[in-house]
Amino acid sequence: MLKSLKLRAILILIFLVMSVIYCLPNVIELKGTWKKYLPSDKIYLGLDLKGGMQLLLEMDTAKLLQNMVDRKFNAFKDAMIRDGVRFLELDKKENALSVTIRSEQKEKLYNIAGKDFPDLKAGSTKAEGENLIVEFLLSEKELTNIKDNAVHQALETIRNRIDQFGVSEPVIVQQGDNQILVQLPGVKDPQRALELIGKTAQLEFKLVDEEGSVRYTGGTVPEGDEVLSLKARNRDTGITTTTPILLKKQTLLSGELLTDARVKIGGEFGNEPYVAIEFNSEGARIFDKMTAENVGKRIAIILDSTVYSAPVVRERISGGKASITGGFKMDEAKDLAIVLRAGALPAPVKVVQNITIGPTLGQDSIRKGIQAALLGAIFVIVFMVYYYKHSGIVADIALFLNLIYLLGVFSALKATMTLPGIAGIILTMGIGVDTNVIIFERIREELKLGKTVRAAIDAGYSKAWLTIFDAHVTTLITTFVLFIFGTGPIKGFAVTLSVGIIINLFTAVFGSKVIFDWIIAKYKPRSLSI
Amino acid sequence: MKFREIVHSTNLDFMGMRNRAFTFSALLVLLGFFAFIMVAFGKANLSVDFTGGTNLHVKFLDKVTIGDLRNVLMDNGIHDVQIQEVSGTKEFFIKTKIVDTEKEKVQDKIKQILAGRMEGKKFEILGSNMVGSTVGQTLKKNAIIAIAVSLVGIIIYIAWRFTFVFGIAAAIATFHDVLAMLGIFWALNREMNILFITALLTIAGYSLTDTVVVFDRIRENMTKMKSKAELGNVISRSINEVLSRTIITSLTVALVIAALLVLGGKVLFDFSLALFIGVFIGTYSSIFVASPLIFLWWKKVR
Repeated sequence: MLKSLKLRAILILIFLVMSVIYCLPNVIELKGTWKKYLPSDKIYLGLDLKGGMQLLLEMDTAKLLQNMVDRKFNAFKDAMIRDGVRFLELDKKENALSVTIRSEQKEKLYNIAGKDFPDLKAGSTKAEGENLIVEFLLSEKELTNIKDNAVHQALETIRNRIDQFGVSEPVIVQQGDNQILVQLPGVKDPQRALELIGKTAQLEFKLVDEEGSVRYTGGTVPEGDEVLSLKARNRDTGITTTTPILLKKQTLLSGELLTDARVKIGGEFGNEPYVAIEFNSEGARIFDKMTAENVGKRIAIILDSTVYSAPVVRERISGGKASITGGFKMDEAKDLAIVLRAGALPAPVKVVQNITIGPTLGQDSIRKGIQAALLGAIFVIVFMVYYYKHSGIVADIALFLNLIYLLGVFSALKATMTLPGIAGIILTMGIGVDTNVIIFERIREELKLGKTVRAAIDAGYSKAWLTIFDAHVTTLITTFVLFIFGTGPIKGFAVTLSVGIIINLFTAVFGSKVIFDWIIAKYKPRSLSI
Repeated sequence: MKFREIVHSTNLDFMGMRNRAFTFSALLVLLGFFAFIMVAFGKANLSVDFTGGTNLHVKFLDKVTIGDLRNVLMDNGIHDVQIQEVSGTKEFFIKTKIVDTEKEKVQDKIKQILAGRMEGKKFEILGSNMVGSTVGQTLKKNAIIAIAVSLVGIIIYIAWRFTFVFGIAAAIATFHDVLAMLGIFWALNREMNILFITALLTIAGYSLTDTVVVFDRIRENMTKMKSKAELGNVISRSINEVLSRTIITSLTVALVIAALLVLGGKVLFDFSLALFIGVFIGTYSSIFVASPLIFLWWKKVR
């Protein structure tokens, strides 16, 4: 009996010491050798407590598919020209290409498709006199592949951008098929972060159509041209204006060939930030050729369909270095460099949810949450001691253990504390009290029946055990459901409550029993203060 | 031996009160059903979590009235707007169905309007919450599934641990609680948001704990029962036996939640209010709904 008591007490102490050790980093900054051997993880504060932003981004899969079909279209065209397949027409569809050829070229066409485009599936064919219309579909598997890859790539790109933006502890995870959840705690300028993340960052160089623009004033866009808007900031007033600009549709060079982008200061206007970019060898070669062929003409630098500048090419530029100017502010130039370095998103993303919580509101919430928790705890502690006298102290010790263990587990798991999480802790305390009340009321009943202190305590605990167990499991079922279907803070609430309940089973039943057993063994009381 | 007791040994005839209790509960459940239909038709104070839209939390440094604010916003193209003042502060919740588009962020637009038209009034946007309607739909669906799944889980567990009758009775009582809270919240015109759903499920769990404790005692006493004729007495006695526990626990939990209600601040107020109401309903239902249901059911079996 005594030996088992000792073992049980030691178990509780070990847990207590471990919890305290895990809790330490939240309270004090560890230094030197202590840091080496002790855990240093803190409980993270959720967005609602720290302030920050949460974004739910949705990938534009339609646009993604369109890009993909565009690319296949060009590649297929090139392949047919290379292999000498004479085609009368080549059409793009939603997820298919359709080719019109002379019937006798059928064999050759299928050869190309089979050899170079294993992901294209030959669909329906239709004869039209001498001609044959063949449809090639993107296979189902390829479609899912494209989507999966795109989301992964987007995830990676966004992570890179955020890393360079300098947010600590960001959460960037895929949610569902084509959604990405981004949490940025502590972001002070949500607008800037949003722009940085949402930029598709498709960098392109296109030729300005000067001749066409004369005709364009008439209203119709010449064939092979497109109109984009040119953004310019007045250096003195700081006002940004946009003017339409006519460009050749063909892309001369795109951002995929970029190796570096950084902010520099200087240039024409002395102290203006601009973005210096560098291409890889292939990009450098194309850039060299592009500038050599277009001396005296204007080349537009386009990011996400907005023209940032359209400088005149004064001379051939070799070496693969260029710069993007456009009257940027320092922050803008920095962000532009980040998105160019981190690469482009495979398709535009749409913000479907944007929750921003100011740091002041977060501070306010945490202060109020903690105040409420403390006051609640004081109520409970005082009530238990008042109502159950000395035994109330035992229950309070069990409650205290529960709280310390809970914080220890939270630190060890690096869990995130949220506002509902604090509510979860408060509720855990309520459940902890309930457990002890169930036990104490049972013990009282047994004492009323005239049992000895020891027998009453033993019977009270064993009779209450199943009730308590059932009650805990049913609560666990609901928290489990909350965990599965909930998001963000709700999940935090579910985690807190379920961990709290499990710990409570240990502290309220096992922990408090040890204390009672110890009292009985040591003092052999004839009556119990309960 | 003397104990401190709030509730002394009682001998109340709970089964005798069952008809009055059922009438009361039927009214609550009806109100709940009505509220549910209203929610389904969007005629409830649903948060942007579920409807999609934007909610801004704005703090002014100077005195501003709801009327001024509404006029300024309406005059500048934001027509569907609900404004709520946080009492005792210069803070407002501005709610609109408009969501961000690629070209324009609602927060910016409102910021611009306020900065331009409320001359000299300094303000700060404390927080904003934009949810697309598709996200809202998913949330609504998930909330309903979550409630259904937990009910099923509960029935299965209690049916396994007790009997099927107990499981069904517990589930009906839980369902009663969820509907009653929905009805009361709707009648009070409080905002229903994600935290409200959390509160609903928390109370479902809490109410079950209560029910399980009572059931456990009923089962224990039923084994000593000689004929089914005694069932009513056995149930009443069981409830009496655990009554002090039920009341003490509900009181302590209610006290703790009251602390949350008073000190938790505006963000937690509705959540705490739901919990607070729920504790009382949950306690009531375990005594006056779940237990009498067992009585009725067993009578039929005989």
